[in-house]
Amino acid sequence: MIAHSIFFYTFSLIAIVSAIMVTASKNTVHSVFFLILDFISISCLFIMIGAEFLGMIMLIVYVGAVAVLFLFVVMMLNVAQQKNQWFASKDSSKHIPVGLIISTLIFVEIIIVIGGWKYKPEIFDINNSLTQVTVTNTHSLGQILYTDYIHVFQISGMILLVAMIGAIVLTFRQRAGVKRQSYIKQISRERVEGVEVLEVETNKGIRIDD
Amino acid sequence: MTEIGLGHYLSLGAVIFSIGVIGIFLNRKNIIVILMSIELILLAVNINLVSFSIFLGDLSGQVFTLFILTVAAAEAAIGLAIIVVYFRNSGTIRVEEIDTLKG
Repeated sequence: MIAHSIFFYTFSLIAIVSAIMVTASKNTVHSVFFLILDFISISCLFIMIGAEFLGMIMLIVYVGAVAVLFLFVVMMLNVAQQKNQWFASKDSSKHIPVGLIISTLIFVEIIIVIGGWKYKPEIFDINNSLTQVTVTNTHSLGQILYTDYIHVFQISGMILLVAMIGAIVLTFRQRAGVKRQSYIKQISRERVEGVEVLEVETNKGIRIDD
Repeated sequence: MTEIGLGHYLSLGAVIFSIGVIGIFLNRKNIIVILMSIELILLAVNINLVSFSIFLGDLSGQVFTLFILTVAAAEAAIGLAIIVVYFRNSGTIRVEEIDTLKG
């Protein structure tokens, strides 16, 4: 149990510090890297608490796809040069106390709710069967994901499809003056148009007029 | 202190959620950091759902975390596409220069 707490405090400290650095670092590329570190430490926490499937999915989806997408866009838009603009503008300082007050209020409210939470004492005893059964986390998750939640699962697939189409449609543009292959022209070409058989006289050669 | 319970995980979620809200408010650099703060907020929600799911022994929380992951990925893709288009049109994605709507 002591090892559990040591791991929890280590990973949560890393997660909190890197979350602060995501918002506070001046360079956007550094923010993306701290976001990756945050996801990795939270997924370590998930694996440690017993939700292995979600931890691994989190590594694959967030670190492998979303964070790389962020990094790609940051590098493509060339915004990494915009350093030193944390509180650069004059009118932005109005937002700082408001934001601090609001987020502190939210934090205090959540902490009050957590602290005042009363657990039914028997609720932990009944349900600890989840950790004791021999079925793995992935197996049991699949068993309810593909039965009880099958419609929601398919709707989430539709959401991903719509997101993919939307992203492609948004960023697609046709430039003028770009040379492209015309497939129909290539396929419908005949041998007669391309090849010509000529009689070559000796010592004369052939003149090809392009 | 050494017994890690539900409250510890919920507190961690609360801290990360508040940091995400602070990031949205205080950010003056570019919109990408705001999108990253939204990812942080969704991550905090995921922490809450997973810890409730584990400590109360109900797997539905983890299923919903999976769906939140899906929606977050879709949202990041669409948001970044919109940012790319905006940058192509106006040449900047700094927060204070995006004031077309005069909000």
